[in-house]
Amino acid sequence: MFTKKECVVMLLAGGRGSRLLSLTEKIAKPVVSFGGKYNIIDFAMSNCVNSAMYTVGVLTQYQPLILNEYIGNGQPWDLDRINGGVTVLPPYQRSESADWYSGTANAIYQNMEFINRYDPDYVVVLSGDHIYKMDYSKMLDFHKENNSDCTIAVIDVPIEEASRFGIMNTDEFDRITAFEEKPKHPKSTKASMGIYIFNKDLLENYLEEDDRDENSDNDFGKNVIPKMLSDKRRMFAYTFKGYWKDVGTIPSLWQANMDLLGERPRFDLSDPAWKILSRSDGAAPHFVGDCAKISNSLVTEGCTINGLVENSVLSSNVTIEKGAIVKDSVIMTGVTIEEGAVIKYAIVDKNTVIKRDDIVGKEKESHEIALVTQKDIQYVKM
Amino acid sequence: MSTVAILFSNLHDQGIPELTSNRSAEAIPFAGRYRLVDFALSNLVNSNIYNVNLLTRYNYRSIMEHIGSGKEWDLARSSGGIKLLPPFMKGSSLFGENNLYTNRLEAIKSIRSTVSSFTEDYVIMADSNIICNIDIDDIIKYHKSTKADMTVVVKSFEMTKQNYRERVQIVPDKDGNIADIKRTSPDYEGECKIYMNISVFNRTYFQNVLNDAIAHNYHSMTFDVVRRNMKNDRYKVYECKDYMMAVETLSDYYSASMDMLYKPEVRDAIFKNRARPVITRIVNSVPTYYGAGSRVKNSFIADGCKIHGAVENSIIFRGVIVGKGAVIRNSVVFKNAIIGENAFLNCCLADIRSVVSDSRILSGCEASPYYIAKNARL
Repeated sequence: MFTKKECVVMLLAGGRGSRLLSLTEKIAKPVVSFGGKYNIIDFAMSNCVNSAMYTVGVLTQYQPLILNEYIGNGQPWDLDRINGGVTVLPPYQRSESADWYSGTANAIYQNMEFINRYDPDYVVVLSGDHIYKMDYSKMLDFHKENNSDCTIAVIDVPIEEASRFGIMNTDEFDRITAFEEKPKHPKSTKASMGIYIFNKDLLENYLEEDDRDENSDNDFGKNVIPKMLSDKRRMFAYTFKGYWKDVGTIPSLWQANMDLLGERPRFDLSDPAWKILSRSDGAAPHFVGDCAKISNSLVTEGCTINGLVENSVLSSNVTIEKGAIVKDSVIMTGVTIEEGAVIKYAIVDKNTVIKRDDIVGKEKESHEIALVTQKDIQYVKM
Repeated sequence: MSTVAILFSNLHDQGIPELTSNRSAEAIPFAGRYRLVDFALSNLVNSNIYNVNLLTRYNYRSIMEHIGSGKEWDLARSSGGIKLLPPFMKGSSLFGENNLYTNRLEAIKSIRSTVSSFTEDYVIMADSNIICNIDIDDIIKYHKSTKADMTVVVKSFEMTKQNYRERVQIVPDKDGNIADIKRTSPDYEGECKIYMNISVFNRTYFQNVLNDAIAHNYHSMTFDVVRRNMKNDRYKVYECKDYMMAVETLSDYYSASMDMLYKPEVRDAIFKNRARPVITRIVNSVPTYYGAGSRVKNSFIADGCKIHGAVENSIIFRGVIVGKGAVIRNSVVFKNAIIGENAFLNCCLADIRSVVSDSRILSGCEASPYYIAKNARL
């Protein structure tokens, strides 16, 4: 017997994130590390618990091993609960068929049974690959106040960037009048953040209908939302103000890490009232040796620093040996940078070893970031 | 082979009054993010001992907060797990009838009913103020293979007249049995095996000894129980070669802290052992930010700090702010302390949430570090 919940959160974490290139060759995008001690999915997970939404389904598909292990029973987020909590939802075999998730809408559709066990009034759909702090409960209040069928979170983007996003055109009451996916000539600057709140029954109807449509890509942005709009459903745009970053590409991942630096960082994680929680292996504090010089950088547990670190973000258990130089870089867990090696303007994938006296990366002026993995080095245009 | 653990606390508080006025000794913060009890708990769970009884005596709020349900150590179990055992006070004790125990035997007597319910093969007793990363499994294996009734853990120290302190010394015979157990003498110089307050018992033997001690109204484990029985029962001595530091005084604390900085082999043996991690409470601090003007050397720094000044040969706990131009040398700064701009600290021990104002100059010396109290504003 399951307790009825007002809302159930469905967190989409099954995508490959192929624009992150070799970073997501072995792991899913939501568990790509970010900001020293976090994984990308920690932001959505922490937002859920900080918004007092404790029933979360995490939809997995691509390379689920590390992701499943990372979510585990949800203990780091206090989602290890008897009543609700986190449930990992991979695609599964049914008596008549066995299908992969063919799109975002289909992933939710295949898990209607999970949702219905809690008999919720609302379903919150999130994606696990954005960096932001957002109180979803405020968005739910907005949804209820407007007696909305579907509410979509939007963020104001500069007009010149608007054609990269799904853009919502709204009336003066924030009601959505039109939705354009990556428009050439955007009429508004309200970009969809990929966060939806639906009335559960209505969502179920639309997903069933979408499933019957053989021409559909089973995608919220492409199919379900346009269909609801054309049916003149009450759809509202909830404007989010604050830092929000899609870290789906190497340059944006690098930039978002850099946004954590500075005395007044563009994105500040140190708010005690909105902690970002993560699974931690509880390494010892970091040790700074006699030859170290660290400036404008983030360093975390388990690191041993004996070289020069500047404008960089270091994840846990990184070793930087004597005479090594790290500048303008994002260094992931378990990396060793040996004596005299130099890393500039790079993202270094976890457990990579940079050999003694190697020089990796170009000058910042080149606008080409080095993506360094255990296998190779790739340069990516900023 | 199953083992149950009894951990003691507060037995050494009087030696270290500064750090224990607000907390029990096992809750003293150490090495940037730990508390002393983490070592005992981690050693136990790393040897698959998941049934732990922690006796607390007073001032136990911070230890309760630290341990919580015990989930970080995987000690939140439905069978076994960690139990905190505060003193049992009858209503009548408010009228001065029973006093708090002052030693281990009295402490165990107070949990007699818990002890009599033990069903495990072995009982391990340990103090929780010892900094060490040791293989308890190995001690139990030794205990088992020698068919001992009890095994005590000792460590060899070089005793001089200068470093004399009253401790319990154990003299083994050539077969590793206890030949004598006595207090250290102020005149003795040379090698000396000190009892580290860790012992392993066969469970039924332990229960019998306890009942016997209660029947005869014995008061001391060492001088009543062990001394009386060592001729007839099998008491073995296990010598531990790993780093072990029982924190009994402020200067012990300070020198153990400095060991973490100056002895990289000790630091790595304790904190970088993949098979035996030191586990502590997770509080999800953000990574530490180093400002453009920071200069840090030979220091242990926890997460959540903002460092703009100079830190040398020091240990900085979580959430500490080091202002621009500040200099911290040979010091230990506890969590959430704020060291103002251009302040200068040498050989200081700044407790939790203490605040040192801008340009303040404070210094102690290695033998006697200057202590800044919890929540103090200087």
